[in-house]
Amino acid sequence: MSETTLSQPQRNIVSRLWNDKETRSIIIQIIAFAAIFALFFYMVRNAVINLEAIGKDISFDFLWQPASYDISQSLVEYTSRSSHFTAMIVGIINTLLIAVFGILLSTVLGFLLGVLRLSKNWVTNKLAYVYIEYTRNVPVLLHILLIHGLIVHALPLPKNAINVSDAAFLTNRGFFLPSPEIQPLFWFVLALFVMGIIFSIWFRSYAKRVQDETGKYYPVFWISLSAIMGFPLIMYFLLGSPIDWQIPELKGFNYKGGMVIRPEFIALWIALSCYTAAFIGEIVRSGITAVSWGQTEAASALGVSRGRTLSLVVIPQALRIIIPPLTSQYLNITKNSSLAIAIGYMDIVATIGGISLNQTGREMECMTIVLLLYLTFSLLISAFMNWYNKRIKLTER
Amino acid sequence: MEKNNLSATGSTMKPDYVIGEHPDLPPPSNTIGPIAWIRDNLLSSPANIVMTILSIFFLYKILPPSLDWMFFDAAFVGEDRNACRAVADGACWAFISERFKLFTYGFYPIENRWRVDLSFVLLVIAVIPILFDKTPFRKYGLWFAMVFPFIAGWLLVGGFGLDPVPTEKFGGFMLTLVVGITGIAFSLPLGILLALGRQSNLPIIKVFCVSFIEFIRGVPLITLLFVASTMLSYFLPPGTNFDLLLRVLIMVTLFSAGYMAEVIRGGLQAIPKGQFEASDAMGLKYWPSMRLIVLPQALKISIPGIVNTFIGLYKDTTLVIIIGLLDPLGIGRASLSDTKWTGLSNEVYLFVALFFFVSCFAMSRYSLYLENKLQTEHRR
Amino acid sequence: MSNSTQIGTEQMNTDQDNIVIRINQMHKWYGQFHVLKDINLDVTRGEKIVICGPSGSGKSTMIRCINRLEEHQKGDIIVDGTELTNDLKNIEAVRREVGMVFQHFNLFPHLTVLENCTLAPIWVRKTPRLEAEEIAMQYLERVKIPDQANKFPGQLSGGQQQRVAIARSLCMKPRIMLFDEPTSALDPEMIKEVLDVMIELASEGITMLCVTHEMGFAKTVADRVIFMDGGEIIEENVPQEFFDNPQHERTKLFLSQILNH
Ligand SMILES: Nc1ncnc2c1ncn2[C@@H]1O[C@H](COP(=O)(O)OP(=O)(O)OP(=O)(O)O)[C@@H](O)[C@H]1O
Ligand SMILES: [Mg+2]
Repeated sequence: MSETTLSQPQRNIVSRLWNDKETRSIIIQIIAFAAIFALFFYMVRNAVINLEAIGKDISFDFLWQPASYDISQSLVEYTSRSSHFTAMIVGIINTLLIAVFGILLSTVLGFLLGVLRLSKNWVTNKLAYVYIEYTRNVPVLLHILLIHGLIVHALPLPKNAINVSDAAFLTNRGFFLPSPEIQPLFWFVLALFVMGIIFSIWFRSYAKRVQDETGKYYPVFWISLSAIMGFPLIMYFLLGSPIDWQIPELKGFNYKGGMVIRPEFIALWIALSCYTAAFIGEIVRSGITAVSWGQTEAASALGVSRGRTLSLVVIPQALRIIIPPLTSQYLNITKNSSLAIAIGYMDIVATIGGISLNQTGREMECMTIVLLLYLTFSLLISAFMNWYNKRIKLTER
Repeated sequence: MEKNNLSATGSTMKPDYVIGEHPDLPPPSNTIGPIAWIRDNLLSSPANIVMTILSIFFLYKILPPSLDWMFFDAAFVGEDRNACRAVADGACWAFISERFKLFTYGFYPIENRWRVDLSFVLLVIAVIPILFDKTPFRKYGLWFAMVFPFIAGWLLVGGFGLDPVPTEKFGGFMLTLVVGITGIAFSLPLGILLALGRQSNLPIIKVFCVSFIEFIRGVPLITLLFVASTMLSYFLPPGTNFDLLLRVLIMVTLFSAGYMAEVIRGGLQAIPKGQFEASDAMGLKYWPSMRLIVLPQALKISIPGIVNTFIGLYKDTTLVIIIGLLDPLGIGRASLSDTKWTGLSNEVYLFVALFFFVSCFAMSRYSLYLENKLQTEHRR
Repeated sequence: MSNSTQIGTEQMNTDQDNIVIRINQMHKWYGQFHVLKDINLDVTRGEKIVICGPSGSGKSTMIRCINRLEEHQKGDIIVDGTELTNDLKNIEAVRREVGMVFQHFNLFPHLTVLENCTLAPIWVRKTPRLEAEEIAMQYLERVKIPDQANKFPGQLSGGQQQRVAIARSLCMKPRIMLFDEPTSALDPEMIKEVLDVMIELASEGITMLCVTHEMGFAKTVADRVIFMDGGEIIEENVPQEFFDNPQHERTKLFLSQILNH
C-alpha cells in the first residue's frame, strides 16, 4: 500500500493548500471578506474626505430644528414650526396609512377579480381578463398620475361639489366627509365590540373542542358575527347613538368642518390598490385552479355540502398556495407607496427624503433614515407573514 | 332517437362503414351553435344572467364614451390645443404627433439621430436569435447579442471617432430602452452569481449575498435612485464626476439583480439532488458542473419568473423622471407646461401607457409561449 | 464473523498488490447518528461484489463513501492507490476512475443521450469531441441503444434510461463501477434488460460493487456477497456458501424474507 501512496506526484505546499477542501474554502472566504471590507473602507474614506472638503459632518441634530414647510395631510399635530423629526413621523404615518388602506382595498378587489376570472360567464370573465392585462402591463406610476389627473381635472371645484345626500361632498380639493364626534357613552359600545372579538376567539377553539369530542357542530361564524357586530350595534342604538356627525359646510371657497380626504391620498390609494389587485387577482385565480377539482369532487362524494367544501377543502389549500405571493404583493404596495412623491402626497420619501433633505442638505443622514425605515417595514411584514404561514401549515396537518 | 336511427339504417341498407368502426355521431344539435354557446356561457343560471346583464351594462356605460373620446370625437391634426377644441371635444392627438420626435429621441442632437436608429436596428438583430431558436446562424447571433450592449453604448454615447453626445440629451423612448436593456442585460448574470452565492456553502459569501439581496428587496427603487442622485458621489474618489445616467443604470441593474437572484434561486432549488450527485460522481468541478448541468436546467425552470422580472424592471424605468431624467413620461410632463398644449395630460399618459402596454404585453405573451414550448418539447 | 475475517486475510496475503479498494476501520456519522460502524473491506482488481441488507442498513452510504459523495469521519479509504481525504485533487482523481450508476438514473434531462455520454469525457478527460462521440456510440451499441443517441432522456423507457446511465459511466473508461440498486426503480420487464447488460459487463474484468436485491444476479456474477445490517458488515462469503449456508441469524432472517417474496 505504501508505495502506491508514494507514487502520487509530490506537489508543492501552495498547491496542497489550495487543493485541500477546507483550506480552499477558508482562503476564498478570506479573500472575499477582504475585498468587501476593502471596498467598504475605500468608500468610507472617500466619504470622509469629500465631506471634509465641503466642510460637512455627519450629525442628526437637524432633526430637532424647525422643518418650516407645510404638510397637507397629517394625523398628528404638525405646523411648519414643528421639527424635521415630527415631519418624519408624519411621513411614516402617511406611508403606513396608505399601505394599510392599500392592502385592504387591493385584497378585496384582488379576490373579486380572481373569482371573476374563474367565472363561467364569458363576458365577465373577459372583462376581468382585459382589466388585469391592461393594469399589469402599464407602470404603476402612470396609473397614479392618470388617476390623480382625472380627480383633479374631472371633479368640480368646491362651489359646485358633487353632493352625496347632503353629508359628503366630492371636489377636486378632496372628498369632504362628516367626521364623528365621539361621546363618552360610545366607549361602552367599543368595549362591547372588543369583548365580542375576545369572545369569538375563545368560542372558536371551544366549538372545535366540542366538535372533536362530541361531534356536535355550532354555527361558529354566525355566533361570532353577532357577538362582534350584533350586540355592539344594539347597544349603540339603545344608548341613543352616542356619536355626533359633524357635517362639512361650504365657507368661502372651500369646505370647513368634517373630515377631508386629500385628492393625492385618494389617487394614490385607488391607483396602488387597482394595480396590485390585478396581480392579486392572478394569484388567487391560479391558487384556486391549482387545488385540483378532484379534491372538490372527493369532498362532495363524501356528502360534504358545497359551502363546507369551499371552506374546509378548497380555501385552506388554495390559501396555502396564495399566501406567499400575496405577501410579496403586500410588500410591493408598501414600497410602491413611495411613488407618492410624484403627486405630492407627503410620505416618508417626500418628507424626510425629499423636502427635509433639500432644505438641510443632509443627504447621508436623510437617506440612511429612509432606507432603514423601509427595511424595517419589509422585515416586519415578512416576519408576520412567515409566522402566519407556519400557523396555516400547522393547522393544515 | 338513437335507437330509431340504428334500426332504420340496419333494416334498409348495408352500413357504409366497416363494422366496428362506426364514425363518430355528430354531436346532439342542441350543444353546438351560437345559441347553445350563449346559453351555456351567459345564461346558464339566474346568477349568471345577472352577471351578464351587469357586465353588458358596464360595457355600455364605459365603452361608447371612451371610444368617442379616443377616436370618433378626437382631433388628430391641429396647431395647438385650441385648434383641437375647435374641431372636436375628445382627445387632442395632434399634440402627440407634433411632439412625436421628442417622445422618441428626447433631446438627442438631430444630426446624430441616425445613431439611435442604427442602435435600434441592431437591437432587433440581436434580439431575434435570443427569442427564436430556429433562427439561422443562431450561434453567431447569440455572440452578437452579447456584445450588442457595448456596441450600442458606443454608438449612443460616442467617442472613439463619433461625436460625443452628453447623456443629459438622452430622453424619450430611447432612454426607456437604454435603461431597460442595460438593466436586463446586466442583471441576469449578476442575479445568477448572487443566487449561486446564496446557495453556496461558504458562510461569508452566503451571508454577504443574503444581506445584499434582502436589502435590495426591502427598499423601494425610488430610494435607491435618490441614493444614486444625492449621496453616491460622496463615496467616489474626490474629484470624480460620475455621469448621472450611469449611476442610475448601476442602481437599476443592482435592483433587478436582487429580484432576479431570488427567481433563479427558486430554479436552483427545484433541481433534484441526483443531478448534483451525478455531476459530482463524474468528476466535474464546481463551475463546469454549474455551467453545463445545473444552470441550464435552473434557468429554464425560472424563465417565467425571469421574464416577469424583466417586465417589472422595464416598467420601473418610468421612475427615473423623479430624479429628473426625461423618459417619455418626463418629456410629456415637460411638454404640458407649454402654453400651446396645457391640460392635455390624459393624452400624454394614455400614449405612454399604450407604449408600455404593447411592449410588456408582448413580453408576457412570449413568456407564455416559451413556457408551453418547454413543457411539450421534452417531457422530464 | 470468523469466516469472513478468514477470507479477508487470505486475500490480503495473496493479492496484496492487486487491491484496488481498501476500506480500513471506517466510521461515519450523520450528526449524532452512527451510520457506518467499523467497516473493513478489501476489493481486488476485477472482483465482483454484491452488497445486500435491509433498508436503512447503510449500503448506499458505504458505496457513496468510495467516490466521496459522502465524507467518512474515521478510518481510511484508499481507492486505486489514492487515499480519500479533503484533498480535492485526490477526489478528482478517484472520481475519474470510478463510475457510478444510481437507482434513479440521474440522467441530465436537458442533454441528449449522446451529450449525456460525451459530457464527462470532454470536460473531465479533455477528449476531443469527435473522439468522445465515437467512444460514446461504441458504448451505446454495447448497451444496445445506439438508435436512441439523439433523443432526450425523458423520451426513453426506464430500462433504456438506466442502460444510458451505464453507458455514460463506461464512457469515462473507469476501472471500478459502483451500482446503487440499479434495478429497483424499474418495472419487472425492464429489469432483465439492465441485468443482461451488467452481466455482460461483469464478464469483461471490470471491478464491480453492486448494491442489489437481485439474488439471481448475485448467484451468477458475484465473487463475494456482503450482508450489511445496522451500519455493520455482518457477513461476507462466496455466493454459494452465502445463500446455502448463512452463518448469522440476521442473514438467515433477511434471506428468508427476500426469498419468500
Ligand atoms: N443525509 C442524511 N442525513 C441523515 N441521515 C441519513 C442521511 N442519509 C441517510 N441517512 C440515514 O442513514 C441510514 C443509512 O442510509 P442508506 O441510504 O445508506 O441505507 P440503504 O441501506 O441504502 O437503504 P435502502 O435499501 O433503503 O436504500 C438510514 O437510516 C438513513 O435514514
Ligand atoms: Mg440505498
